[in-house]
Amino acid sequence: MATQPDFTAIEVAALRSDRFRLEREADWKRLESIVTRMEKGRLRKLSDEDVLALPVLYRTVASSLSIARETSLDAATLAYLETLVQRAWFVVYGPRASLGSWLRRFLGGGWSAAVRSIWLDVLLALAVMVAGTIVGWLLVSHDPEWYHALVPSQTGDARVPGASREVLHATLFGDKGQSALAMFAAYLFSNNAQISILAFALGFAFGIPSLMLLVHNLAMLGAMLWLFHGQGLIFDFIGWLSVHGTTELFAILLAGAAGLHIGRSMAFPGERSVLQAAAEAGRRSAQVMAGVVLMLVIAAALEGFARQLIDNTPGRYAVGGAMLLFWLTYFYAFRRDTDGGQAP
Amino acid sequence: MNAPMPDRLRRSDRDRIMVTPEGITLPLTLASRGTRAGALLLDLIFIGALMLATTLGLIYIAGGTLGLFAKAEQPTALGHALQFLFILWVAAMFLFRNAYFLFFELGARGATPGKRIAGIRIAARDGGRLNAEMVIARNLLRDIELFLPLVFLTSASNGGDMGAAGIAATAWFLIFALFPFFNKDRLRAGDLIAGSWVVEAPRHKLQAAMSARQAGEAAPAFAFTEEELSVYGEYELQTLERTLRENRPDGIAAVHEAICRKIGRTPGHEDHRVFLEAYYTQLRARLERGMRMGRRKADKFA
Repeated sequence: MATQPDFTAIEVAALRSDRFRLEREADWKRLESIVTRMEKGRLRKLSDEDVLALPVLYRTVASSLSIARETSLDAATLAYLETLVQRAWFVVYGPRASLGSWLRRFLGGGWSAAVRSIWLDVLLALAVMVAGTIVGWLLVSHDPEWYHALVPSQTGDARVPGASREVLHATLFGDKGQSALAMFAAYLFSNNAQISILAFALGFAFGIPSLMLLVHNLAMLGAMLWLFHGQGLIFDFIGWLSVHGTTELFAILLAGAAGLHIGRSMAFPGERSVLQAAAEAGRRSAQVMAGVVLMLVIAAALEGFARQLIDNTPGRYAVGGAMLLFWLTYFYAFRRDTDGGQAP
Repeated sequence: MNAPMPDRLRRSDRDRIMVTPEGITLPLTLASRGTRAGALLLDLIFIGALMLATTLGLIYIAGGTLGLFAKAEQPTALGHALQFLFILWVAAMFLFRNAYFLFFELGARGATPGKRIAGIRIAARDGGRLNAEMVIARNLLRDIELFLPLVFLTSASNGGDMGAAGIAATAWFLIFALFPFFNKDRLRAGDLIAGSWVVEAPRHKLQAAMSARQAGEAAPAFAFTEEELSVYGEYELQTLERTLRENRPDGIAAVHEAICRKIGRTPGHEDHRVFLEAYYTQLRARLERGMRMGRRKADKFA
């Protein structure tokens, strides 16, 4: 397979550095052809021989480069070797994981380990969310006008202060016949995913916008809780919400916590530099965020289908509770991580 | 990090040194901001084209379905079919917006098509392995850097007047767009969070060995004395090498004349190229001999 150097016509080079080069050229060219094929993603066309030879060739060429730097003044050859070693380095140390194997590792422990490693931020975000809900409730109970400020009004939405019990009850039950469930679910997912990406990305500004986003969203929830409480429907409302809410709110909690984690690492980097701290936190949070998007897919499916199909409160509580239990077990009880476990 | 810089003709403040696990120092050149902006623009054009093509394709299919079911008079089946197409559309738009960069940057080249055309790629800032988490992190941030303010801006300007919302969106956009101007590694916010940076990914072909061309020939026709060779250093040697490789007659003639003047020979009617090749080989032999002894001469002033 290897292209054998053509020694039949031995070139006589005047310079010692050029003779050095001519002796090693075949290895360089072979590495270049392997790297080129790998860059093009034609892994299947590589023979086992080539794959095995890659690390050896890489080291050979890297050592050629360091010798050439000390002995040769041929700028073109040095430039060639530098780019070749750089390209080979990117291939040898490139993203090792294919998307499939990364996903396996991610679901089989990487994700839950990442969630556990930001436990402090999760607790903080949880506290902020609870506080946001209470604030929303209190604001609206003092002055119902706040409701319109907190809950974005949609035309035709019956859920406004002063609505009768029957009207509110109807928003919770009985729209089985809604035809566009799946459409609604897809829309919800896309929307929620962008919001949680926002909550994460805003962590960049030291986490404060992430927290504000959490407070704002949960204040809306608090206001709606107050509305349904006024008509004695709070138990049914929580049931209606919990079908998808346990998954969705958990996802938003994690997104906010991930943003907060970045913000906190940048504000208090400890002994590391700010850039290094931000990078480490960013990588950890990115894992959490990849999972958040997955959770939102599930939440949207639950919201679009299960909530409309299960039309009674106990059933909704069962689904919501089961989902919450599942997530808690998966994140905090399921520990198969082999990488030392950064759990608290 | 005080490794000797490689000998190159061109140096800029974008040059960085990376040390591989084998202890090899690899010079990297950070991509310029203009190149990156160009690459991003190309990618946005590609994404836009993909979105447009998908939308038109789905509308076409929807039109076909409409015709099919209208004849069969099955309103529920029609509703389901259109619903399915709509879900497909929402999912496709989400994927194009969020997964396009992820998919390509996780590949072996670490570059989206736009970056590949611009000749740049992403790499880990610490010299380690580029991993999936980095790529995810740097692309999640792209959402607030780019897409969010743009969406915000269009929705703000839709109302007709660019009020406070428009100004806020513009300011937001500018803060992130100008972010690479305020740090020395030209990081955008996503690079900062992910621990990545964007570097040039040059490719060079292996050029012919200069001194091997004389294989089989007699001893060089020109012999230069030690004084004649000692006037130049490595920088001039590389300039000469480049002139010889480019092989433009006027360039060769000009360099030939300059060297003759410098070493005090009268330019004769000899073959310029043969003269220069001989001078190049002997100058390089002399300088490389010096290198082996630990003496380097950077340029003619050294």
